[in-house]
Amino acid sequence: MYTLDNLKINKKAIIKKIDCQKLVKTRLLDMGFIEGTEIQSMLDSPSKNIRAYLIKNTLIALRNNDSKRIMIEVFND
Amino acid sequence: MIKIALIGNPNVGKSTLFNSLTGMHQHTGNWTGKTVGVATGTYEDILFYDLPGTYSLIPHSEEEKVTSEFVLRKDYDIAVVVCDALCLERNLNLVLQTLEVTDKVIMCVNLMDEASKKNIKVDIDKLSNILGIPVVGMSAIKNDGINQLISYIRNINTNPITISYPKEIEESINILKPYVNSRFEGISLLLLLSDLKDPLIKELVKQIKIDLKEKGIIINDEIANTKMYLINDIICQAVTNNKKYKISKIDKILTNKITGIPIMIIMLMGILYLSIVGANYPSEWLFTFFNWLGNHLEHFLLNIHLPDWFVNPIIYGIYRVLTWVVAVMLPPMAIFFPLFTLLEDLGVLPRIAFNLDGYFSKSNACGKQALTMCMGFGCNAVGVTGTRIIDSPREKLIAILTNSFVPCNGRFPALISLLTMFFIGKNVIFKSLISALLLTGLILIGIMMTLLVSKILSKTILKGVPSLFILELPPYRRPQIIKTIIRSIFDRTLNILGRAVLIAAPTGLIIYLLTNIQIGNISLLNHLSNFLDPFGKLIGLDGVILVGFILGITANEIVLPIIMMAYISTGYLVDVSNLSYLKEVLVNNNWTIVTALCTLIFIIFHFPCSTTLLTIKKETGSVKWTLLSFFLPLFIGLTLCFFISKISLLF
Repeated sequence: MYTLDNLKINKKAIIKKIDCQKLVKTRLLDMGFIEGTEIQSMLDSPSKNIRAYLIKNTLIALRNNDSKRIMIEVFND
Repeated sequence: MIKIALIGNPNVGKSTLFNSLTGMHQHTGNWTGKTVGVATGTYEDILFYDLPGTYSLIPHSEEEKVTSEFVLRKDYDIAVVVCDALCLERNLNLVLQTLEVTDKVIMCVNLMDEASKKNIKVDIDKLSNILGIPVVGMSAIKNDGINQLISYIRNINTNPITISYPKEIEESINILKPYVNSRFEGISLLLLLSDLKDPLIKELVKQIKIDLKEKGIIINDEIANTKMYLINDIICQAVTNNKKYKISKIDKILTNKITGIPIMIIMLMGILYLSIVGANYPSEWLFTFFNWLGNHLEHFLLNIHLPDWFVNPIIYGIYRVLTWVVAVMLPPMAIFFPLFTLLEDLGVLPRIAFNLDGYFSKSNACGKQALTMCMGFGCNAVGVTGTRIIDSPREKLIAILTNSFVPCNGRFPALISLLTMFFIGKNVIFKSLISALLLTGLILIGIMMTLLVSKILSKTILKGVPSLFILELPPYRRPQIIKTIIRSIFDRTLNILGRAVLIAAPTGLIIYLLTNIQIGNISLLNHLSNFLDPFGKLIGLDGVILVGFILGITANEIVLPIIMMAYISTGYLVDVSNLSYLKEVLVNNNWTIVTALCTLIFIIFHFPCSTTLLTIKKETGSVKWTLLSFFLPLFIGLTLCFFISKISLLF
């Protein structure tokens, strides 16, 4: 299964599973990272370690170190 | 008095609403433009608490904790949850959470005008029907909907929706119900909160979680899912969104790997340039005014036959230092902070953190530290307060301990004077450009030291890996320029005047006494500097410079004036704006280019000023960290100066 840090810019996916420590997960849930939600990769930072995603109509940036905990299913379009 | 808690996600215009409601009737302003503490203000008989923005009542950072604790304490009559019409889906989570704590909730859907421009339609009546609470559509910037909100507040009438959780969770809630004083669904929040105060509840919650886990139920997921289905349902009924999100062109340029970082550096330099150059004129006016006032004050005091020994310390000690600090400190701050707030309102600041996070993550620190450093350019005390935006306590401490490595407004005049006097030839063209470049170089040393020390701290006393870093990049918004400027200047003026009176006045008296009390024909100040001289010489400085820094702990602005005062033994602070005279005095007192270089380094790396230290004490609540933040930069400064002076001997 793909993880979110592998999602190429402009590609869309569905969040399948969030696999991390409980407090971190609670925060991700509060920010809209809920299983079954659509997510799109939007911007790369100049320093390459962090990326902005479109989720529920908001741009949210996550470090690749954190986003590799999020499993996704890529849209085939 | 009706008490209202204003709650909302960050960047939804909550503070704009607060400002429109309360106008100038605020008891506490917020220093950095961002709400980091609880601000209060009144509208007629209604008292508003403006709470820091939060995504959830389950706090992730210090500032969110302020909000969450406030909401759970229920020391208010009505909770007003401000939402962004453009992303209601995420905002509704906070509305539902708040409804679990209290049933007196009003929902404000702000930015309705922007939403309709972008073809997003929000059905306010439908929302109100589903949630069972009053809902106001508004545009706080244009004052639309505010009267409606006030009338809802005065005649609140709610019949809120109950969230039905899966059977097992409802059962757990029933177990807790007798122990908890809240609207009963609020217990679901309690189940999530990690730091519960009551030991009995804590034990119960722990047991419930274990029981549920045995049944294969992870409580956080269940609660989040239940809410998500409910929210999806509400959104389907009440919101029509025909808009496709597009990345703005500005974002593409601002976060571009070639143009992004240079543009940000240019912006910062522009702000610094405007604050330094733009402050010269108002500073001069203030000086002239205070001189005029001081002369009259002196005449008046002597005319009513007060003795010299009483008038002199007041005029040449307290009054002079006090007005000096105000005249030098006030104008650059009054320019820097409104500009910084404008950048914040525009939505540029999160992009800075986004661009620079890589450097900070390599130092195991947080990208938002870049923002607290930017605030530090204005005032390190503000930078330290600003570290509340950093979620992890470890990363916050790193940001606090290293904040004074970026020079604040109070240190710029001395840095620029010394650079101009000692490092730029007399008849060089582009003088100000070269001095700007040299200044940038010095600032870069400070920034590199910040990254290096952050890394060292992360590997030693503040060991740890970076915590989850999650950052919203809000859409760009047109800021309210006039309002922001007026408010920033107004708040800051009062704050700085207060600080100046409290700290500069006693310092003025001490300086006067030290320079005018003599033992064996030598003033106390000279005794002190003679005593420190051998030590000063060891690190490329001298005793007088060290005394300048020690007495200048109250305000960096007066370090150079104190040094001058000691050299020419005037007994009171002297004007240091005439650079050629200044240089003559310094050179006559054996200043070389090495002395100047060491002084420059020491200006960047020495103990933070007393206001910053007090702020650090307040923020960390610990004497240990305050002491460390005192000695850490001092140690670096002493070491660097020692090596510079020793290496210079080789040439």
